[in-house]
Amino acid sequence: MKVIINKYRYLGGINDEKELTLLYREMGIEYSKFFKMDGLCKIGFLASEMLLADEPERFQPLKDRAVICFNGSSSLQDDSNYNATINDADNYYPSPSLFVYTLSNIVTGELAIRNKYYGESSFYISRIFDAEMICRTVNEAFMDEETNSILVGWTEYFREEKEALMMLVSRADDNAKGELMTVERLQQIYTNERQYKKEDDGRRIN
Amino acid sequence: MIRLCATNIVSSLGFSSKENYEKVTRGISGVKLYPAGTLDVPKDFCASMIDNERLEEAFGMHCEPKADYTKLEKAAILSVVLALEGTSIDPADNDTLFILSSTKGNVDFLETDPYSEKIYLWHSSRMIADYFGNPNTPMIVSNACISGACAQIVAHRELSSGKYHTAIVVGADMLCKFIVSGFQTLRAMSPTFCRPFDVDRKGLNLGEVAATMVYRVSEEKEGIELVTGAIRNDANHISGPSRTGEGGYNALKYICRNIESKDIAFINAHGTATLYNDEMESIAITRAGLGAVPVNCLKGYYGHTLGAAGVLEAILASYALQSHNILATKGFGKLGVSQPIDVVGGLRTTDKDYFIKLLSGFGGTNAAMLFKLWRNDK
Repeated sequence: MKVIINKYRYLGGINDEKELTLLYREMGIEYSKFFKMDGLCKIGFLASEMLLADEPERFQPLKDRAVICFNGSSSLQDDSNYNATINDADNYYPSPSLFVYTLSNIVTGELAIRNKYYGESSFYISRIFDAEMICRTVNEAFMDEETNSILVGWTEYFREEKEALMMLVSRADDNAKGELMTVERLQQIYTNERQYKKEDDGRRIN
Repeated sequence: MIRLCATNIVSSLGFSSKENYEKVTRGISGVKLYPAGTLDVPKDFCASMIDNERLEEAFGMHCEPKADYTKLEKAAILSVVLALEGTSIDPADNDTLFILSSTKGNVDFLETDPYSEKIYLWHSSRMIADYFGNPNTPMIVSNACISGACAQIVAHRELSSGKYHTAIVVGADMLCKFIVSGFQTLRAMSPTFCRPFDVDRKGLNLGEVAATMVYRVSEEKEGIELVTGAIRNDANHISGPSRTGEGGYNALKYICRNIESKDIAFINAHGTATLYNDEMESIAITRAGLGAVPVNCLKGYYGHTLGAAGVLEAILASYALQSHNILATKGFGKLGVSQPIDVVGGLRTTDKDYFIKLLSGFGGTNAAMLFKLWRNDK
């Protein structure tokens, strides 16, 4: 058994939720739940829509597809927003709609709901994009015999760091064709995509 | 096989697994009613909390003040130190991996010191692993209320793949205004002691615990084995229940694929005592063909301990199975879910060899694990 990378998309250079809403409108998606989401879910959602738009039989329920995401800051952006509703005793109005997003794994739930993925959903924290850990964790997730493909995400949304790399990887026979998921390849994809994004932004400014 | 080799619980009921287990068998709960103003929360709430002075005292006695640790880090370090006491396990070994399970870590620092690295879970995990001189980057699972189970499933995978020989799983969450006010605003909190699966249940209590499970690859079939585990999403709602118990059902079906329900001593359910959670679990259990298996839950003793729940409850369930007991569901009186499941109201005995740990959480996520007791005479 081996794991191959089917496709990937990167979304970066985002400054705030307004830009994510603008992008949502540009993409012509109609999904009203988007407007309830926090920034982490929005950026993960849009990157996954870019990745999955051309999926054959989109929205057919899949029991064998997992959603596994990683980041360094958990849900600290929404945590900060929720905290602002409780930190002043004279202006104490804890918000339930903010509180439900104060968990990093809500983004994996949103992606499972949108795409009807009934497989595993997991969220791991790592200070940096740790290609070795991500590769190992994703490979080992295929030890679950019912998991045949995984939507893998690096979804970061806190302070200056706002980006999402979404990949679809799948279980394959040893002699199957396709791009093998390796530590080196994951690192290369992440580094290159961030670099392309920066160069692209540079061109736009010039 | 993947064997449970050492455990510890640091909680309101005591600082060892044995002390906690004995108190639970005697029906003693750590949950108290805390008045408004506690943790700066303007409304009163029911919870079990670790006494700060007792924690400081125990930390001073058993641990070294190597750095400036938060309450969560102190409780976690103390728990690991006590778990390893009397064992030959070397936490600094290259083949040993630390796995931290926590939902909110030091989220209280957002209020007092928001630009400190303390707010990051990776920082807490590094503080804990560094205390023990462990060279490997710790794994951190933050998968809502099923995190404790996920951390054990990760341990199972890392050990089965041969990457590591020993996994030290630590589940820890401490209560603060952030967490208590959040559950209050969701109207999920019970005004009194929680009553899992009961007809009069009115919501959950919260609790703080640091708990440790050390898993190792073992050639000998003995003690408690973590046989398998599964995580499945409902794909239904981020904070509401699945009416079909979809994820719990799918996780249970997967872990029970090679055993018969008659061999299972009990299912230790999540049983938060919210209307929706307990109902959903009863549906998942019944759909999976496990309706006749005794069901218990331990929230009446500790409240919902968030990222520690899966670790804490699996330890107590393991102790119970080794003593051939099924622990009582404190707070349960009359069945209040739609499915006629067998909720264990008083302590029972069992001669069976398997138990299941079931959990569900926000984000539509569910986990189930299968444990087996290997007896020396078999």
